[in-house]
Amino acid sequence: MKKEHKHVKSNKKYGMVIDLDKCTGCGACMVSCMAENNVPFKADESNKLDSITWMRVYKLTNDKPYPDTEICYLPRPCQHCEGQHEGHSPCVSVCPATATDYSMETGIVSQIYTRCFGCRYCMAACPYHARYFNWWDPVWPEGMEESLNPDVSVRMRGIVEKCSFCFHRYQRAMEKAHFEDRHELEENEYQTACTQACPSGAITFGDLNNESHAVYKLKKNPNAFRLLERLGTNPKIYYVSSREWVRLAGDNYRPDEKMTAKHKPAKHAPAKQH
Amino acid sequence: MKIDRRSFLSLGIGAGAGIALTPLPWKLADDSSIWTQMWPWTPVPARGEATYVNSACSLCPGSCGISVRKIDERAVKIEGMEGHPVNDGGVCPIGIAGLQLLYGQTRVKTPLKRVGKRGEGKWQKISWDEAISEVSSNLAELRKSGNPQSLACISGSGRYGTVSGLFQRFMTAFGSPNFMSVPSFVDGYSMALKQMHGIDSIPGFDFENSDFILSFGSGIIDGWGAPVRMFKANANMKGKIVQIEPRLSNTAAKADKWIPIKPGTEAALALGLAHVIIKKSLYNKDFISKHSFGFDDMTGTDGKKVKGFKSLVMEKYTPASVARITDTSAEMIEELAVSFAKASSPLAVCGRGKGTAQGSLDEYIAVHALNALLGRVNTKGGVWAVEQPNYISWPYPDMDKIAEKGFASARIDGAGTDEFPLAGQLAHRFVNAVADAGRKEIPVEALLIEGANPLHQFSDTKAVKKAFSKIKFIASFSSYMDDSAQFADIILPNHCYLERYEDIPAPAGLQKPVIGISRPVVAPKYNTLHSGDAIIRIAKALGDKIESSFSWDSYEACLQATFREAWSKLDSVGFLINQKYGAPGWDQFETESKLFEFISSADGAKTGRDKDEIVNIADIEGKGDKKYNLTLISYDSIRLASGSVGNTPFMIKAVADTILKENDIFVEINPKTAKDAGVKEGAKAVLTTPKGSANVRVHLFEGIVPGVIAMPRGLGHTGDDKYLSGKGVNVHDLIGPVEDPASGLDAAWGIRAKLAKA
Repeated sequence: MKKEHKHVKSNKKYGMVIDLDKCTGCGACMVSCMAENNVPFKADESNKLDSITWMRVYKLTNDKPYPDTEICYLPRPCQHCEGQHEGHSPCVSVCPATATDYSMETGIVSQIYTRCFGCRYCMAACPYHARYFNWWDPVWPEGMEESLNPDVSVRMRGIVEKCSFCFHRYQRAMEKAHFEDRHELEENEYQTACTQACPSGAITFGDLNNESHAVYKLKKNPNAFRLLERLGTNPKIYYVSSREWVRLAGDNYRPDEKMTAKHKPAKHAPAKQH
Repeated sequence: MKIDRRSFLSLGIGAGAGIALTPLPWKLADDSSIWTQMWPWTPVPARGEATYVNSACSLCPGSCGISVRKIDERAVKIEGMEGHPVNDGGVCPIGIAGLQLLYGQTRVKTPLKRVGKRGEGKWQKISWDEAISEVSSNLAELRKSGNPQSLACISGSGRYGTVSGLFQRFMTAFGSPNFMSVPSFVDGYSMALKQMHGIDSIPGFDFENSDFILSFGSGIIDGWGAPVRMFKANANMKGKIVQIEPRLSNTAAKADKWIPIKPGTEAALALGLAHVIIKKSLYNKDFISKHSFGFDDMTGTDGKKVKGFKSLVMEKYTPASVARITDTSAEMIEELAVSFAKASSPLAVCGRGKGTAQGSLDEYIAVHALNALLGRVNTKGGVWAVEQPNYISWPYPDMDKIAEKGFASARIDGAGTDEFPLAGQLAHRFVNAVADAGRKEIPVEALLIEGANPLHQFSDTKAVKKAFSKIKFIASFSSYMDDSAQFADIILPNHCYLERYEDIPAPAGLQKPVIGISRPVVAPKYNTLHSGDAIIRIAKALGDKIESSFSWDSYEACLQATFREAWSKLDSVGFLINQKYGAPGWDQFETESKLFEFISSADGAKTGRDKDEIVNIADIEGKGDKKYNLTLISYDSIRLASGSVGNTPFMIKAVADTILKENDIFVEINPKTAKDAGVKEGAKAVLTTPKGSANVRVHLFEGIVPGVIAMPRGLGHTGDDKYLSGKGVNVHDLIGPVEDPASGLDAAWGIRAKLAKA
């Protein structure tokens, strides 16, 4: 007897709302991400161009002279862009090896390490610098490989890696759900490592399409914005800031450039990034 | 068959087309990408059963509960423990990265005895029996020569806990009063509480119930107190936070208002605010009239008029004069004082940065007096004098004649003597007493270092090194090859904090009495021994009455016996908390007057204070020297571990490239200051202070008072591994202690400095 396999069309779209008013720049998200995802480390990590940080916290300043200076921290995971139509993320559409893919089930942009042959086209296409290339073989000094997480494969030289929204945690949660004969997850069953670690509760993660998830409401905050929205990348990371200069910094307008009505401030002050 | 050109070509093209139509080329390309990635040196983490073990983190005085994910016997991730009274599921980056200490390259794997010169790094592996007898025979010499007091101990384990308790007990039974803990703002604040409340207590701050926090430089979200608790309190804060600090720290950036101030003048500002509050009659009259002493002028027993707090503040701390001292404005002071006083539950806090410096007593008194003025002491949403943990009820150690005589001698650091009666410990005086001693009169012949890294943590590292060089025998109990262990004669490595039991009481700054318990998450990986067991074994090896003071078979037996019936609850739940503990109230003052004392009712000699002054703002070193036109201050960041352990590889990765570039440390200066010094962003420069000089790079930052240089604390390690060692400069190399004349505390908050192009 053949069991009828019913395909349940999932309309999930996982995303985040990061409250920049709450973020203190402590870096717990960065470290938690590294520990969870077996991110490698080298003797010198001060060149941030080759330092692999799936989650990176940027420091923004309003660049006003003392004492009117202000600082804002901005955590940047992969933005898991949806693109103009579902799945048309900048990186996915350029990958010649189908090593990065858009999941129609969850909206997560994946990175399949064994398929990647390191052309780095995706890195060039990503406007958020969210992708990193393994220029060297990762080395865990003797004994340190003990803390590696078996749920995440260790990457090797010559391939690109990035934030996966801790997809292995989704798999783990789904496995458990299936075992209990469920097809849907509770909101708290699947949370990323950075969300869990944030001591200030600045990161909220969930299904942007699910009305009962916190992110659904939070993203509608009038102070919510996304990074480089005008590029049409349609990212799934929303940021909230009560400060106008921070919201403006999200779209990188040149001082001589005209702004859309939505972003037009009384007087433009470009933000500096460190 | 004859192969002509035509058939050769058609066969070739045909074969090519045929192969191209098969999946072969694609399969080969795919395989080659797979096989070129399967290198034997790329580890494949083993699968296994996933479990969680609850424990407590002892990497800082915050004492968070942690929940460690394990795969079989491997610990793979540290997360915050849900429901823990300190951190309730939250965790800080240092805590998360803790597994890199457990499995890291810096572990001392077996007892080591120095064979080369000190600090040379040549070691001989020895057995535990040899290690214990080496230490005990060296120490026995001191008692034989009748100088047990020449043994000293620096402890970094949680104060009031059993590990530091055992070391302290060992010192007593041995016959030496020279036990000290690593300096903390708690030293200074407790002293202020002793003077003003009359009780031995520790400060607890009820942030969660306050609606206006006025912070005098405390790094509320930079690692002060119990960091994760502070992050949470900050995130859930319904009211206002105002940060007074010369640099736009993360705390200042997140606060509702940042008040840049001339460094070191915080106490004056607190009294300026008090002036306005008194002038506008905004103080708590009920508290002042019924529960305080020394607010108004009094007549002494000798008939002389003694000025009260009110007169002293009204005379000397007018907004105009305070504005001059602090480089702020009189309007700001008036405005701030009024909004602070009118808040329903205001709370002033102090202890700079992470609170790892002692600070001057005056500052604590000034800030605490400001709290008292509004009746914010021992009350909901205010600052409490929390009882010291006192669950250790071991019988007093047996002491023989030698021990009694040695123990009765004065402490080397002068704490508790007539000169500094309120001080518990004065590390910098200890260091100087040894460093400055002549060859024949060195007061310390042996030193035990437990859970601390004084060669990195103490200020003026040059003096610390000089002092340590004079000490004949140094035993380190460190789990890691840190700066101080490198300089020891023998290392008796402790289990890593994730491999051992240890009670961790009194999380810093918490208003509720909490005792956490570190539980072994994994079995000890190396040939290490719990320091509690090590000191018990040393005591037993020494024999005499010392042995009889340590009757426990093991540390674990001691720990269980200490907690008696509460042990099983502590071990299973992970913490003990007195939920009923509330604000102590206004009838809990044990001063001579049984009131809160603005001015001490005891005689001046006893408290060592001059009654005509409320604060003596201590000068910093190099003041008045024209050579030094700038001021160097240190700053703290939660991304830089600066306690007994330094940054792990993950932590160093999270450090910004405006703090560390390759091995160069950046100092922050205002662009205006940079212009005067002729340096540009990223430029190399030489920073010189009276204590030494260092090569640095310059980072221009608008968020700092002109004329001030800020250097991050926690870098410049000599020990440890390639991920940390040799990176940056230890700010303690450049800043030395400044003694607060009233209390003996190290009041240093900076030093005069100069910056020159390299």
